[in-house]
Amino acid sequence: MPESTLILNASAIQRALMRIAHEIAERNDASSEVVLVGIQRGGVTLARRLSALLAGIWSHPVPTGSLDVSMHRDDLDRRLSPAMHPTVIPFDVTAKTVVLVDDVLFSGRTVRAAMDALNDFGRPKRIQLAVLIDRGHRELPIKADFVGKNVPTALAENVHVQLGETGGADAVHLEKP
Amino acid sequence: MSWNRKHLLDIESLTPEEIITVLDTARAFKAVGERAIKKVPALRGKTVVNLFIEPSTRTRISFELAAQRLTADVINFSAEASSLKKGETLKDTARNLEALNADIIIIRHSATGAPHFLSRFLNACVVNAGDGAHEHPTQALLDTFTIREKKGKIAGLNVTILGDILYSRVARSNIWALLKLGARVTLCGPSTLVPRVFEQMGCRVSYNVDEAIADADIINLLRIQHERQRKSMFPSLGEYVSLFGLNKKRLALTKPDALIMHPGPINRGVEIDSEIADCRRSVILDQVTNGLAVRMAVLFLVNGGKGPQEVGAS
Repeated sequence: MPESTLILNASAIQRALMRIAHEIAERNDASSEVVLVGIQRGGVTLARRLSALLAGIWSHPVPTGSLDVSMHRDDLDRRLSPAMHPTVIPFDVTAKTVVLVDDVLFSGRTVRAAMDALNDFGRPKRIQLAVLIDRGHRELPIKADFVGKNVPTALAENVHVQLGETGGADAVHLEKP
Repeated sequence: MSWNRKHLLDIESLTPEEIITVLDTARAFKAVGERAIKKVPALRGKTVVNLFIEPSTRTRISFELAAQRLTADVINFSAEASSLKKGETLKDTARNLEALNADIIIIRHSATGAPHFLSRFLNACVVNAGDGAHEHPTQALLDTFTIREKKGKIAGLNVTILGDILYSRVARSNIWALLKLGARVTLCGPSTLVPRVFEQMGCRVSYNVDEAIADADIINLLRIQHERQRKSMFPSLGEYVSLFGLNKKRLALTKPDALIMHPGPINRGVEIDSEIADCRRSVILDQVTNGLAVRMAVLFLVNGGKGPQEVGAS
């Protein structure tokens, strides 16, 4: 039975997202240029929540989409083919500030794949990265612009993000093997 | 997610979950085809060989485009222009292609089991693009994809397959796929082309078209495979048209939302009236579009099915 430690509870997650939303608003004066794209699967729910929070701050809706990066992964011939989830980007990303949203930033390879995948939809003016947890161990020169919480981890450990939309209460656990 | 196969040889050996995995994956690839940039790098650096020992245009083009949309390199190999004419065996031909580091070999052959044979000694992935009168798995996958897309489900639907069943690999693959996914399958056509033995697979066999299509949600029409028939299987084409051809009068007897499918190439005025082929209930061109997405999904999945072995090796 793996040992599991609570890192963030529901209210801490809510506070972290609110802080990230304010930081995104502070960084981006031209609010109409900002769109959110959640990375499947964990980032999609977070992008929707951030979108609602930003809509409250800016008093206008913020376009939000979802992106599956399976087809752009760099390990496709080293593993079983991953399950596909919908990519829905119902707006043009060209000349927009795209905030990519993911739950956990780890090696950085998913974010690299996401940036490649995003290129197929247009040429954003800039891409920013928001993550709930940064657990370190980067394998690529990628850094998040907005971080909910930095969590030092060992490689063998696992960060488990659970959000109410997909069942259970909001919580982030660090699982030791 | 359930797919760990390196080959796609037939539908018979697939589980319902594996079929659903292909259909779900194909949905994602269909969305790629609707974008301005229709290409993804999933098979970048891979080599795909179309080994078509039996002539084909649409299936070969569909596989070729599918491979290109996945950024693979594609070689087309046809029997007419090959050393098979000079006496080389299929095994040697396939081994030569593999010596060029082919990663995926797509084979169409007039002999049943040719893909299975290749899969026993090749390291490359093997995809069956039609073997004799045995199976044509990607056709059944694109047909079930189209049915699910249009009807929202497959289980519980009545599907009537009409025409030359005996010589049809499309029929066999479709029967396997549809039964595994919970549809009810009725076969209809001249008794010489629809033997009762198909009842053992779990199908209903009927020789009365009007009765066979009355409750159908899907009517899948098949072409008469003249090239496979060793003798005349029915008196005349004219008689076939009058007894089994789908015309406006027969269509009026069917459910108003019954869909008409055909794997192509269609013979207007034989198995299908020209007007019906172009009517709103015909999804024949949707099948072509979906075929591309399904073949992208198949190439993507078999490539991954090779994966764990490579990890073990590295």
